[in-house]
Amino acid sequence: MLDLSSTSPIFSQLNALVGGLFLLSAFGLVIVRQAQACLLIFIIQSILLSISAFLLGYRDASYHLLAVGVLTLVIKPALIPWLLRRTVRQEIYTYREISQVLNIPSSLLIALALTLFSYFFANSLLIIVDGSFAKVNLPIGIAGLLLGAYTLMVRREAIPQLIGILAMENGAFFAGISISPDLPLIAELAAAFDVLIIALVMGILTRTIHENIGTTRVGALTTLKEEPNQ
Amino acid sequence: MILIVILVIPLIAAGLSLIPLGRRFAPAVTLIGAMAVLIASLSVALRVASGNRVVMIENWMSCDGLSALVLLLIALVGVTAALFSWGYVEKINHGNGHEKLRYYYTNYNLFLLSLLAVPLFVELALVWIAVELTTLLSVLLVGFENTREALEAAWKYIVLTLMGAAIALLGFLILFWGLRASGGSIYTWDGLIAAAPNMPPVLLQTAFLLILVGFGAKAGLVPLHTWLPDAHSQAPSPVCALLSGVETTAVLYAILRMIPILNAVPSLRAGTWAVVFGLISVGVAAFLLLQVRDYKRLFAYSTVEHMGIILVATGLDSSAAHYGAVYQILSHAITKSFCFFAAGAVLLAVGTREITSVQGLIRTSPTAGVALLFGGLAISGAPPFAVFLSEFSILKAGLSNSQYIAVGLLALFIVIAFFGIMLHINQMVFGQPNVIPEGVNLPTSCVIALILSVIPIVVFGLYVPGPLHELLHLAANCLER
Repeated sequence: MLDLSSTSPIFSQLNALVGGLFLLSAFGLVIVRQAQACLLIFIIQSILLSISAFLLGYRDASYHLLAVGVLTLVIKPALIPWLLRRTVRQEIYTYREISQVLNIPSSLLIALALTLFSYFFANSLLIIVDGSFAKVNLPIGIAGLLLGAYTLMVRREAIPQLIGILAMENGAFFAGISISPDLPLIAELAAAFDVLIIALVMGILTRTIHENIGTTRVGALTTLKEEPNQ
Repeated sequence: MILIVILVIPLIAAGLSLIPLGRRFAPAVTLIGAMAVLIASLSVALRVASGNRVVMIENWMSCDGLSALVLLLIALVGVTAALFSWGYVEKINHGNGHEKLRYYYTNYNLFLLSLLAVPLFVELALVWIAVELTTLLSVLLVGFENTREALEAAWKYIVLTLMGAAIALLGFLILFWGLRASGGSIYTWDGLIAAAPNMPPVLLQTAFLLILVGFGAKAGLVPLHTWLPDAHSQAPSPVCALLSGVETTAVLYAILRMIPILNAVPSLRAGTWAVVFGLISVGVAAFLLLQVRDYKRLFAYSTVEHMGIILVATGLDSSAAHYGAVYQILSHAITKSFCFFAAGAVLLAVGTREITSVQGLIRTSPTAGVALLFGGLAISGAPPFAVFLSEFSILKAGLSNSQYIAVGLLALFIVIAFFGIMLHINQMVFGQPNVIPEGVNLPTSCVIALILSVIPIVVFGLYVPGPLHELLHLAANCLER
């Protein structure tokens, strides 16, 4: 019989597994080459985030976190992809390679360095907690945030940049639910709503850019600067 | 109750703007809504100035001195920008249908709503959401003209500021963690000041730096300011007035609120961080001002400069400097919105944003020329305008606090910025006109907006009315430990 009391080691092992997969998905965002794969990885990452919320909610017997898990599960892996398909279908399903500023091996190396950095960063904060899930989840969440930011900076296309932003929020919340599980529910609700608006507004903007300029390679838009144009 | 009303009015106006009832309906509804918001904000500000806190829901939504000041400024610029929009958007939207016009005013009202929400909420998670919404609801306005440049600016704006907001989100979560670790549970500005001495200092400091960098991106602080000149030059001018005049201020307000929280633990030296970050912004902006080629970017860089000045003044950590900081918030908001109206008038008159292709404005388009000259003088800190008085009071407060290095650098950068701005403005306003003017008439509403918004700049440079003085004092007190 499996022991499912909240203190059992199997529980923290499960949490570590989810954390590891979450980190892996953040790395996945750095290396994939298609917009559709980017979206798929984001969906997987969001499901992992909600599983993490369920695990923490079960451990603390907190309905609040369970609600966060349900909310995440409804909005991020389901509603957002639906919304993006409605607004920018063509951008996602065109089969082509996403150009990026750096090649994949150097990107991986930088991603690794960022992950190491987030472990050191998190360590300096973790002095005040006892052995809880935060020890695993905080550094992974920060790494998710940084890797999302990195993706955002090296990708030149609109959709991968949008997913980079959503991944940053995923990272922040992955860390957040482990360190401050009792954030007011209204804040969580508003944040979930906020993510939807991000997807909607950036989707509309991407479509407008496509309609008016004929490309979504936002990295190629470089007219605004101080130096005179050649 | 009145605080809820302030938020509901723009929401209703946004809904009404969608109704297709001729091309005058949406701008009229927007203007009336903005005026109603201004009257409500004024009554809130008067109540606060007479010493009462206005509370809607305890620990969620209330208004003290600093938030009342920011609220009042947002409402004020909301009215003048709505008035300026009336004629301006009609002109730039020439040939497009009414639909685009309604789209503009709906977005305008929603943007105003999100701005007003920032000072009204005191619960930090909601403040974060409100700041995030100011980006999301204004980005479609930045890209309104659908040109390649406008869309590029809009994209840069949304990507960089949302990235900053995500970083700040981590900061807010860590702050909440620290609050819970200290045994506190009231996640408001005041609750944090009370809990700060018991919070683990490392959490407090990390959270502050994350919020400073993250929201700093949106307030236009160097090094994440690069989107700002793009967005503020490409958006339609009335939107620029809101973006530059009050949006940056509203976000900076959230950063300023953190400083008294950190000051509860003196070893964290929040003031030093603020002074250093602020001086870097002022310095970088001052030198960039010298080499701009686009007059709307000129005013945008001047916003970066002023955000830096306010941050420095808050960091100087004396009550006189704090008074200077809130005075600077006031004078910057009213002056910068006027500057962008002037820039909009110039753009209507000459049709180009290039500084070098504009000469002799005073002859070709006297109204726009005089407005631009006034705006340039007022924003660069020439006497007798409000900015001069506020900058002077900051420098004086710094000297009497014997912070010579900071004050010396600040004064140097302000002087460089002054010459940078006046060099370009001078070139545009005077000189021999190189094109024969076609006699462009400015829309009446734009002229009225220009006249209305110049009044406070001149008046507050000479004398501050009693209730406002009281409000500024209360606002400065909010920055004290």
